[in-house]
Amino acid sequence: MADVTLQNLVKTFDTVEAVRGIDLSIPNNEFVVLVGPSGCGKSTVLRMIAGLEDVTGGDIRIADERVNDVPPKDRNIAMVFQNYALYPHMTVAQNMSFGLRLRKVAKSEIRDKVQRAADILGIAELLDRRPRELSGGQRQRVAMGRAIVRDPEVFLFDEPLSNLDAKLRGQMRIEIQRLHQQLRTTTIYVTHDQVEAMTLADRVVVMNAGRIEQAGTPDEVYHRPRTRFVAGFMGSPAMNFLDCQITEANGSTVARLAAGPALPLPAEQAARVRNHIGRKLVAGLRPENIREAASHDGANSSGVPHDVSIDIVEPLGRETIVYFRLGDATLCARVGTEVHPRAGEQTSLVFHPDRLHLIDPETDLVL
Amino acid sequence: MRVLPPLLRRKPAVAVLMCVPLFALILGLVAYPFFHALFLATLNKAETAFVGLDNFTFLFGRQTFWMVVRQSLLFALVAVVFKALIGLAAAHAINTIPTKGQRKWRGMMLIPWVIPPALSTLGWWWLFEPTYSAINWGLTKFAMPAVPWLSDTFWARFSIILVNVWVGAPFFLIMYLAALKSIPGELYEAAEMDGAGPWQKFFYITLPMIRNIIAITTLFSIIVTLANFDIVRVLTQGGPLNTTHLFATYAFRVGIESGDIPLGASVSLFMFPMLAILAFIILRNVRRRAASLA
Repeated sequence: MADVTLQNLVKTFDTVEAVRGIDLSIPNNEFVVLVGPSGCGKSTVLRMIAGLEDVTGGDIRIADERVNDVPPKDRNIAMVFQNYALYPHMTVAQNMSFGLRLRKVAKSEIRDKVQRAADILGIAELLDRRPRELSGGQRQRVAMGRAIVRDPEVFLFDEPLSNLDAKLRGQMRIEIQRLHQQLRTTTIYVTHDQVEAMTLADRVVVMNAGRIEQAGTPDEVYHRPRTRFVAGFMGSPAMNFLDCQITEANGSTVARLAAGPALPLPAEQAARVRNHIGRKLVAGLRPENIREAASHDGANSSGVPHDVSIDIVEPLGRETIVYFRLGDATLCARVGTEVHPRAGEQTSLVFHPDRLHLIDPETDLVL
Repeated sequence: MRVLPPLLRRKPAVAVLMCVPLFALILGLVAYPFFHALFLATLNKAETAFVGLDNFTFLFGRQTFWMVVRQSLLFALVAVVFKALIGLAAAHAINTIPTKGQRKWRGMMLIPWVIPPALSTLGWWWLFEPTYSAINWGLTKFAMPAVPWLSDTFWARFSIILVNVWVGAPFFLIMYLAALKSIPGELYEAAEMDGAGPWQKFFYITLPMIRNIIAITTLFSIIVTLANFDIVRVLTQGGPLNTTHLFATYAFRVGIESGDIPLGASVSLFMFPMLAILAFIILRNVRRRAASLA
């Protein structure tokens, strides 16, 4: 087991700068998820750590050793690929033991290791099959087994669940989590799926356009996003953004939403935006912070009701997603199942300012 | 008339009808010549009397015939082995070039294969020909002895194999290149993470992944090489002293040039069972392996 440090890591492909100076320190045992839209450089970072891509600039350190020029096989890492990359002409056992056989590990030791990994992953009865005889989930397990038998210091996962159907993805997510709890190996996991990021990570690293936007616990990046990008990327449905103006009235600071209600800001936040009074900012409010008027969650007291006209209704069972128009903007709200809004209807929704994010449109930073 | 005749209204009938051109082709170009050759092989030289297997017993008693058998096998085996090795090496080399530069190399490498062999062999003949030989001219420039390319048994055999390899290697190249491109890059990356070096990647990933293509290409090439005619015909006409004759050129010599068509037919028929057995074995393995990969 080892910690991994990235220092000012840069990668350029011809003229395209894919990774633009990444600094990240991953302590031993941590499960870090790199998340971001496609093309944000997250896979490139992972592949550089794996040694599959050359480093254009900066340093990669594994267990305090600079590994920029160390070939992949000597970095003591194991990687699980998106398409599993199982060798189709080998059996499951041969697939898992290939790396050990190349390293000339004793046959009896290989057998033990393969058996143990197969037991952990529940694929012991598949050892003599070939990849084509396996289902997607089983192949995924074999790919993980191949990583486990190597007993690496670092696990790398490159979008390992993206080829599975939704149900299986949920199951495998739990298994990966269980595996990490069991093995406690430092893990770097790349995904574009924010649910995977939130559920698996000790720490989420949100990337955009080759840079780290924010690194923090799932809680931090969700509730205290540092930039507009992070605020908009994490969470589904995405956060609502709309223009607002900060004004002072009767000694309290309020954010006046464009064509919407004026939301009084909590004292702490009011202090932070004192310098922006009179300015136009962008307000970010998550769908769950716009609720139905008769909400039972007790947060009603601080809410500001506002009449809106409902555009689209998406009932999801345990909640209903409501899209409505406010001026020119289409916003999204999450309401409970007790109310049954209908498209075209006028209704009153309550805006909760306690989780309002105010963003400086010039810097895109959350204030 | 709006209504089709009853026979045509049945779908199988239509299907059979539409296959008629194919059947006609196979019948006219494969079955008829084959059975006619069988028939010819049972006649006497004047094609006036049925002699049974006499032509074959006659052939089996002749040393020249067995020499042709040995030569054909030697020629085909050596040529195919070199074609396969050179094709594989060249395919690998081209595959490592970035995709943008690959086209022109692929195009250039294919040239020997697309020139009609009779023509290109004529070019080679000029290079080998004792009086004008450019190769010998080059050799003597560097104070090396001239080589009797086409008049010495060893060098004549060497020359026809060389030309055959030159013509045939691009076919292997193109087949292997297509096969190499079909191997997912992730497999090599996974192998690299597993600690495989270039040779291990080749033996544990590349070879097993393209084994089927190798088998099919080799089979195809063995058949074509065993039946080769034009190179020998142009370069040596089977000489010196019949030591470069192959089945096809020997059949031509016996059947057409010496006027014993039934005997010539017997020579060419001799190839058939050999190739049939070979094809059967290789194709059976290919099917098995394809089923295990899929």
